[in-house]
Amino acid sequence: MFYRSLFPRDVLAELERFQRGMQQSGDVSPSIRGTGRGGYPAMNVGSTPRSVEIYAFAPGLDPASLDVQLDKGVLTIAGERPSVLPPKDAPATVHIDERFYGRFRRVVTLPDDVDPNAVSARYTDGVLHVSVPRRAAAQARRINVV
Amino acid sequence: MSNVNAVRSQAPAETPARPAEALLPPVDVVEDAAGITLFADLPGVSREKLGVHIEGDTLTIEGEISLSSPEGLESTHTEVGLAVYRRVFTLSKELDPERIAAEFNQGVLKLRIPKVEHAQPRRIEIRVA
Repeated sequence: MFYRSLFPRDVLAELERFQRGMQQSGDVSPSIRGTGRGGYPAMNVGSTPRSVEIYAFAPGLDPASLDVQLDKGVLTIAGERPSVLPPKDAPATVHIDERFYGRFRRVVTLPDDVDPNAVSARYTDGVLHVSVPRRAAAQARRINVV
Repeated sequence: MSNVNAVRSQAPAETPARPAEALLPPVDVVEDAAGITLFADLPGVSREKLGVHIEGDTLTIEGEISLSSPEGLESTHTEVGLAVYRRVFTLSKELDPERIAAEFNQGVLKLRIPKVEHAQPRRIEIRVA
């Protein structure tokens, strides 16, 4: 197509993306909820002795439309991202459409020792950061041997 | 609006070394009669860490992820494994990079690149002799 050639893709970057996809599909023991990798939003999960931190890379959302729920140790992040693409009958051409549109839902199983009553969530620069503290009793303590 | 470092330089690009590995942000590119609109997803990038550069006919979008993470955070599951986004496009000559407009809101960059006036389509009248 003539117009496509205005924006030649970076072949090396495309190859890198493909390679990363291959690595991700090599996950031998996926979770019962599926690997979810490559889904929207992408997620990073980390933990400290005091809390579990979840980062959902969900750009371009209205924070009020985000539905974050914690039930029985399962954190669910759901919402919908509206399309910016022109309607089919508009006099415009879509050359690249890689961004995600539509409804999404992602689920993370949290460790048993989290405190569901003290969850905090912030949405900054398109990243939803959910912080779930661990219960005080579960935090590691140093035991003195006498 | 246009709180983005839009840099234009006429100097020819030196042969760049292979840049460090970066995430490839997904984009949408839509063209209409008056120009091209580009949307790019750059979650985790603040306005200060976003760079949109035009050098000759090369458009580079770069951003660095800065997350507020508590001390002693150990990663247990990582899908976003790099902290830098980069994507490069080649513009064509009917686009006018002087009048490029940028918006950046909640990790979504919107670039509007208008076409130069004479490149906009005109209806050509055909007269019957």
